[in-house]
Amino acid sequence: MISQQGTHEGVGKGPVPRISEAPDMEGRFGEYGGVFVPETLIAPLRELDEFYEKLRHDDAFVDQLRELWASFAGRPTPLQFASRLTRLVQKGLGQKRGASIWLKREDLCHTGAHKINNALGQCLMAKKMGKKRVIAETGAGQHGVATATACAQLGLDCVVYMGAEDCRRQALNVTRMRMMGATVVPVEGGTRTLKDATNEAMRDWMGSSETTHYVLGSVVGPHPFPMIVRDFQSIIGIETKGQSLRHLGGIPDAIVACVGGGSNAAGIFYPFVDEKVKLFGVEAGGRSSEPGEHAAPLCLGSPGVLHGSLSYVLQSADGQTEAVHSCSAGLDYPGVGPEHAYWKDAGRVKYSAATDREAMEAMLELARSEGILCALETAHAVHAAMGIAADMDREQNLVICLSGRGDKDVDEASRLMREAGLFKD
Amino acid sequence: MSGRIDQIFSELRSGGRRAVMPFVCGQHPRPGATGEILRALERAGAPIVEIGVPFSDPIADGPTIAGAMHSALEAGANPRGLLEEIAAVRGELSIGLVAMVSVSIAHRLGGADGFVDLAADCGLDGLIVPDLPLEASGGFLKACERRGLSLSLLVAPTTPEERVREIAASCRGFVYLLARAGITGEREGAVDLAGPVGRVRAVTDLPIAAGFGISSPAQVAEAVRHADAAIVGSALVRRISESDDPAGEAERFVRSLVEAAGPGASEGPTASAGPEISRG
Repeated sequence: MISQQGTHEGVGKGPVPRISEAPDMEGRFGEYGGVFVPETLIAPLRELDEFYEKLRHDDAFVDQLRELWASFAGRPTPLQFASRLTRLVQKGLGQKRGASIWLKREDLCHTGAHKINNALGQCLMAKKMGKKRVIAETGAGQHGVATATACAQLGLDCVVYMGAEDCRRQALNVTRMRMMGATVVPVEGGTRTLKDATNEAMRDWMGSSETTHYVLGSVVGPHPFPMIVRDFQSIIGIETKGQSLRHLGGIPDAIVACVGGGSNAAGIFYPFVDEKVKLFGVEAGGRSSEPGEHAAPLCLGSPGVLHGSLSYVLQSADGQTEAVHSCSAGLDYPGVGPEHAYWKDAGRVKYSAATDREAMEAMLELARSEGILCALETAHAVHAAMGIAADMDREQNLVICLSGRGDKDVDEASRLMREAGLFKD
Repeated sequence: MSGRIDQIFSELRSGGRRAVMPFVCGQHPRPGATGEILRALERAGAPIVEIGVPFSDPIADGPTIAGAMHSALEAGANPRGLLEEIAAVRGELSIGLVAMVSVSIAHRLGGADGFVDLAADCGLDGLIVPDLPLEASGGFLKACERRGLSLSLLVAPTTPEERVREIAASCRGFVYLLARAGITGEREGAVDLAGPVGRVRAVTDLPIAAGFGISSPAQVAEAVRHADAAIVGSALVRRISESDDPAGEAERFVRSLVEAAGPGASEGPTASAGPEISRG
């Protein structure tokens, strides 16, 4: 069975439902989530919900997916002790402070990030549903590349919508997708970034759902997408749990992950939400907390509807989606998954933001102490984790979800680092 | 009871007539333009006008309407400003005014109760909330009944029969029938609504307005053979975008649509489907 913790049957009959039991039958995570889409999409979403409900109990499907994850995507990824980063954090704290830092190495996945976990799951599901065509949205291009990759592996037609501005910034990923046979459609509408690519993918699906599956890339959108993407990404947390028991002799004391839409965070958090582990999500603090200068809806936004579900959103007082900024294209999104909104309000996960500068500094610190060039997205988590570890006891353990590698960011990050005086050629 | 919209459809039915329901994007081509365009549409003979509230992320709209919304927003359009423009012109118009508004905006501007009050106070006669699903529509229905507004949920070609019944039961004023799957936009070719309209007629006496992909006089004539009203959006919005005289152009084009819908349309096979009371 695909990684759902509390299923609707048998668990948590007491008065307080377990955090893991969300969403309910209508796709609600507490008050968040739901299905806010034109009626045309209701039938395909229900079809998907029903199909997925059967599929996740289907041993043959689960075996096939696990085999793809293992032989094609390179799972399980290691849980690595970051000895030199740990020592860097412990420096000057005395004998009793500074937790051990561990890295869950999703950057070692095929295509360079956790996105492949979900792309393979959903593309395999599309095949089982008899759909021959797959569409996806992408921002930085990582989900687009992962979907193009999965489609090539599984023999599906692939169309990726990408904001025209993002196509320019991430030209390398556009080429990677096209080399794998995908059609990349630059989206000229709106702000020409991820949210507009998402609008365009939903528009395509409204007219094509009979033959087409929409591979949504994060834990956002209408039900059942936030649940499906979380479940496929939960392999990160499931592996982390097993590896922690072996390497640490127990579950970790804290887990830290970056949050854009929130799929890597949901994936590593979910198997731990009912356990005694402190969970920390880190959003993009951008240049400042002024409107338009960041991408931190959980920290600085308010509840609203975007892309088919109710969650925290960066919106104007009139309900228009606000401009966002982050140095990392993968966090540059005005919304966030509804389950994160639920975890925030329930006090289960603590969310903070790291600025562009803090992320770039952390990217360099990790590169120089561990020889790992992580993605700019991931670097937000690394920054926050160093502060959190410093406040923990020496015998405690903290895991960072190292969601992606930084190859795609080298040009942009080094340019920004030179501007900020952090890096010289 | 949804006030003016019920009355308009009741009069149409008793006169054996079908309607053209033009869609315009509010505050497009610029803030301040709404009143003049609504007057032009009334002169052209449209009994009800649909006014789209500009939204940054309209997922049901094709490039023409989404583009108009973005350019209106860039020119300073905003929902409260639009409602003020509507309130300012309401007194001199007798046509029905129905807002097409995303649940994102309605949620932000006071939720079901607050937004419906705001809309009613500004003289709107009804709401279409295209991304409000049946399951989440209860609050809006209650509020619209309280204020005498029509509430139109969408019925899609993909909607199963039992759900069509439930959706129609949660509508007031008229049902909005999507003439095809997909998004708004101009389409060529024939529009055959016999089947889709029949599915809705079978479960409700409410008037049926069909939209999405209806753009020419010939298509309007086809659509109103079955539906009570044909909604034309993108074809009109494009003309407004491109013209130096948006109100004049809108009036000319909508008049041609109204003529196409003409009295002959009343002979459609569904003229007898109306409730007794509305034929009196």
